Amino acid sequence: MDGEMMTGNLAAAWGARLADVDYVPAFPITPQTEIIEALAKWCENGQMAARVVTMDSEHSMMTAAGAAGATGARVFSATSSQGLLHAFELLYSVSGWRVPLVLVNVSRALAAPITLEPDHNDVLAARDSGFLQIHAETCQEVLDSILMAYRIAEDERVMLPVIVNLDGFYLSFTREPVSIPDAGQVREFLPPFRPAHLGFRASAPHALGTAVLGGSIYSYFRHQIHLASMNALEAHEEAALEFNRLFGRRYGVVEGYRLEDAEDVLVMTNAFASKGKAAVDAAREEGRRAGLLRLRMIRPWPADAIRRALVGRRAVAVLDQNLSPGQGGILFQEIGACLYHEPLRPRALCSFIGGLGGKNISEGEFRATFEQTAEAGIRGKGIGPVLLYTEAEHSEMTQLQVLAAGPRPNGS
Amino acid sequence: MTWQRETFKKIKQVPREEHVFPGTSLCAGCGGLEALRLASKGLGDHVVYVNAAGCFTMLAAYPFTPFKGSWLYTTMGSAPAGAQGIRDALDVLIAKGRLPKEENLKIVVLGGDGSTYDMALSSTSGAIHRRLDFYYFCYDNEAYGNTGMQLSSATPYGARTATSPCSLQHQAGTLQEKKDIFEIWRAHKPPYIATVAPRYPLDLEEKFARASKFEGPKLFLALSACPTGWLYDPGETPEVAKLAVETGLWPLKEAINGEVTHTYIPKLKPVEDYLKLQGRFRHLFEPTLQKEVIAHIQDRVHRYWERVNQVERKG
Repeated sequence: MDGEMMTGNLAAAWGARLADVDYVPAFPITPQTEIIEALAKWCENGQMAARVVTMDSEHSMMTAAGAAGATGARVFSATSSQGLLHAFELLYSVSGWRVPLVLVNVSRALAAPITLEPDHNDVLAARDSGFLQIHAETCQEVLDSILMAYRIAEDERVMLPVIVNLDGFYLSFTREPVSIPDAGQVREFLPPFRPAHLGFRASAPHALGTAVLGGSIYSYFRHQIHLASMNALEAHEEAALEFNRLFGRRYGVVEGYRLEDAEDVLVMTNAFASKGKAAVDAAREEGRRAGLLRLRMIRPWPADAIRRALVGRRAVAVLDQNLSPGQGGILFQEIGACLYHEPLRPRALCSFIGGLGGKNISEGEFRATFEQTAEAGIRGKGIGPVLLYTEAEHSEMTQLQVLAAGPRPNGS
Repeated sequence: MTWQRETFKKIKQVPREEHVFPGTSLCAGCGGLEALRLASKGLGDHVVYVNAAGCFTMLAAYPFTPFKGSWLYTTMGSAPAGAQGIRDALDVLIAKGRLPKEENLKIVVLGGDGSTYDMALSSTSGAIHRRLDFYYFCYDNEAYGNTGMQLSSATPYGARTATSPCSLQHQAGTLQEKKDIFEIWRAHKPPYIATVAPRYPLDLEEKFARASKFEGPKLFLALSACPTGWLYDPGETPEVAKLAVETGLWPLKEAINGEVTHTYIPKLKPVEDYLKLQGRFRHLFEPTLQKEVIAHIQDRVHRYWERVNQVERKG
């Protein structure tokens, strides 16, 4: 592959740089910090014409980001995990203001217990906020998705903010070859931001984010956000075609891997999908007709594309790298809901939970997943939620618990 | 050394033009709204008000706004960060030639005491620290007013609120002293800070005129006499606001680059004159007179002004 070796974080920074953003309110948090450090350096040495401001919290950062976008600036910011949740109140505000900024979230599992490695409870908590969500698997895709995100967000039919998600550590700190698009071609792909309906200025005063009295006005405005979000499916398709024409890389709202003749399909997102693809290859070598569907766009929910990929399969396993306690996997529910009315829906839907807090998913766990999914398909009855956790991990955990408990009185 | 008004000597000098129109859903007799009406005469219309959750959030209720300028409602905890985003965006857009200079705006945060003293403290501290060029207008009615008068850290000792009621165990009602937000701001070294009261329009206009000469954070703490929450007749707002100042409980002052000057030296009427007008202090007078509580409030006032005399009368 051609390209420069760079981390997912640096690829994200390159996305913002090539998008020629005006403003970057920032706040450091592991594993995102490298992004804002790179942007601060480039702005300082004149390689970028943006203002970087270090804020006092992610809550303030997101407020400044939204307010600057509402003033007419192209805005980029990045956060992670606790930071996203600290900013959470603003996510709904920014979508309500109809500000098309791009926020990179570098996924990291949520406290407690506090940890650094990734899962998707952070980003999926934001799924109802009105932000669009694109989840990337590779460093190249991080950069490309940010460029696409601005084009989709700023589309007059959409005018909504976007979260581009990448996995902490596994992608944020992993170097991969990344082809950096030509800046001139990027300008052709992404015209300058000149919003028709945003901007505070002396000659055109207006009020934004005003209070509404009564549910009918509220319902109208929030439903407008829903309709605009749905428009992003079409805007994405157009952006993907143009992106492919200019840069030769084609992105769908979902990505199929070895789906053509697949009986059983594993559904995954983000960087762990690369592990899933390797597991599909291994399963194929063992004679299983396995395939993988990677969800790239989570909001708007690409229901049609998901149905096209999954109808007629024997069994589908959704491997959620998240956990909704008391329910199970978040994406499993959404996949199930959008297949319900299909006469040829899969005979079994299985729910697996894996990779929480960055826990590895081993070849053995993938093998078990495929075995259990195939059995469920034959039986015609799904299983789950099943937590992927190896015997070795369990025994190690038991030993840690013994250590945590400390020596017992009387040595018993 | 007495403070002299340089621009506003007579009431006729206060511009007649209005910038905040009547007919909003705020309470009759709102002292904060009167202070804002006066403030807006100094600020003009090339303004964007950045609002934090509170009573004033109801000023702009779709599809109406009482302002000729712009408005952005943010959150309770981050209006100064909203001001930062707008200021930065205007600067960048003007610098890049995408917005003509004539389109520039003053940024004014509008927050109540709940936001100002409590929830937005981090956001405010950050904005002042970054030397953000903005006005901060706090309408201080000394409690969470929009939710029905609960204790805030601006509530004064001895006031009764819905969450600091007068009881046998706590006869004074609120036991904490009012947080000194003026000094918290001053510790951040902004170029201009002032307290104002709606009953003193020349003092207020003079301070806005002075503040306009400074770039950076300019902070105004406005006494917001509140008939609904303090429990007095709406028509008495001017009297209540006046007595807050004349008893010495609400000092009118400014700090330019940290140097404090009291802009009006009251004769220090007894605090009872102010307290007894308001239902929130009624428990101090009936069914039994709480002499110790009132004496404590009076003592705090005397000690405050003794110190003012020591520090400011020296020069």
